[in-house]
Amino acid sequence: MKIVVCVKQVPDTAGGVKFNPDGTLDRGAMLTIMNPDDKAGLEAALRLKDQYGAEVTVVTMGLPKAEEVLREAMAMGADKGVLVTDRVLGGADTWATSTTLAGAIRNLEYDLIITGRQAIDGDTAQVGPQISEHLDIPVISYAQDIKIEGDSVVVERQYEDRYHVVKAKMPCLITALSELNEPRYMTPGGIFDAYKQEITVWGRADLKDVDDANLGLKGSPTKIAKASDKVRKGAGEKVSLDPDESVSYIVDKLKVKHVI
Amino acid sequence: MNLEEYKGVYVFAQQVDNEISSIAFELLGKAKDLAKDLNTDVTAVLLGSGVKALADQLAEYGADKVIVVDDPELKDYRTEPYAHALSSVINQYKPEIMLVGATAIGRDLGPRVSARVATGLTADCTVLEIGDFPLQAVPGQEQLHNQLLMTRPAFGGNTIATIACPYNRPQMATVRAGVMQKIDPIKGAKANVEEFNPGFTPDNKYVEILDIVKSVAETVDIMDAKILVSGGRGVGSPENFKILEDLAEVLGGTVSCSRAVVDSGWKPKDLQVGQTGKTVRPNVYFAIGISGAIQHVAGMEESDIIVAINKDADAPIFDVADYGVVGDLNKIVPKLTEALKAEIAAAKA
Repeated sequence: MKIVVCVKQVPDTAGGVKFNPDGTLDRGAMLTIMNPDDKAGLEAALRLKDQYGAEVTVVTMGLPKAEEVLREAMAMGADKGVLVTDRVLGGADTWATSTTLAGAIRNLEYDLIITGRQAIDGDTAQVGPQISEHLDIPVISYAQDIKIEGDSVVVERQYEDRYHVVKAKMPCLITALSELNEPRYMTPGGIFDAYKQEITVWGRADLKDVDDANLGLKGSPTKIAKASDKVRKGAGEKVSLDPDESVSYIVDKLKVKHVI
Repeated sequence: MNLEEYKGVYVFAQQVDNEISSIAFELLGKAKDLAKDLNTDVTAVLLGSGVKALADQLAEYGADKVIVVDDPELKDYRTEPYAHALSSVINQYKPEIMLVGATAIGRDLGPRVSARVATGLTADCTVLEIGDFPLQAVPGQEQLHNQLLMTRPAFGGNTIATIACPYNRPQMATVRAGVMQKIDPIKGAKANVEEFNPGFTPDNKYVEILDIVKSVAETVDIMDAKILVSGGRGVGSPENFKILEDLAEVLGGTVSCSRAVVDSGWKPKDLQVGQTGKTVRPNVYFAIGISGAIQHVAGMEESDIIVAINKDADAPIFDVADYGVVGDLNKIVPKLTEALKAEIAAAKA
């Protein structure tokens, strides 16, 4: 079985958010990580590899620096890494990004494509389903469990108040939730091997069956009219009192605000 | 693509088990505002099996017209037949705006449909308005009027962006639940129904649903609650949520929680507040033992009054709380419950 996993390098927002004195986000001070949902997708692929045997190829699109997440993925156990990087691909929205990734994946053999549900920077959850549309294969989003049955996958697909057990013939694309699993750590031997291996680097010319009109900033149907760091509501009061005084304090406030 | 051909504001009227989801009514409320600005009308698109009888409800909440695609293939949500139905409606009727709820269905359907009809899609919008693109006239670039301007948070709620889709139609957005306002229903309104069926030919993309497992229904949707008593990892154990439940009961509120609590298996996902959970805006939000990661704050910062109780004086939740109390929740919460009980009893006496 051949599995393609799409991953994205994102700024680390969990626990490591830094603000400028004016309250805006200090992006330069933040570290980059492999997007958590993507890491769960990779872990799911590696578990299928452990269980059934599979070749796992990790694909990322980004700046040359995004090679770091491919090395990390290979140190966790992925077999191959493909970096899609080219200036003309920059500034892409989800349509142009999914067009690019589909163009790269057309060069690869796959039974299964796994993406994270969404990245923690954009939070759109759109790229996975859009890749599946470009490749004309079924998609199962929000996977909380993945099993292989012969030439099909059986997936628990999460909704707000239920889940569906869904069966699809491969090839198929699945978007993974970070709740899916607890990703493994890189092993020392894995890290050593990961840095010995070649990473495939593809540019615009290597993308298959894509039109320039659908790539990069120019090929993005959505345009940013305005972007700003959110001005947060300022902090209110903060008190440190003994429990009885704390209780009186809250009760008084709720009275003043006519809650009680 | 002749953009002039595209007219009208359309709403995907999500239904589950042949019951219209609240988000559909919220979208209709917003669609009415947009349609007024554009001097056009509002159409709801209702997909399902045996759903025609639901159309009048959509009229009550503001739909001028309801397009119904009724087919057994659409009984339970599956990406392909729904994407086929909705994109066929778009290709046939050419809406200028297509709104979809940012639900577990809409966030799957929206991207698939937008890719099929080759247009842009803006995810998880919180503000929609009609305006110009670019916002200010730029020399050498035509300023387009009557564009849908879609505002959304990104970066876990730390940045906001306003996005337009000036050269493709329809302009598509998924919209966060709980943000747009429904209109007061027009009792007895009858829908102007148009039935449409594009034909369904199952292929490899039609997945098979083997089983549907419903989680135990919570009595109250946290998005409708006026008072939320929300617990985080600091509560310590699932059993200890009892003290939060007692507080909620005294105030006629509901218990919700942070993602850490769901990840630990203490509470079900439908009680989760935050970026990957629900957006809530109650009158009072108690954040108890919640540190206040930005992903959590993004889902509750619009609450009218935020009361935080946390033993860590540096917890980021205090940056958004109106009233922050540094202290041990185990000592404070039970006493608070008793004190409120006494206050309420005294007020009634």
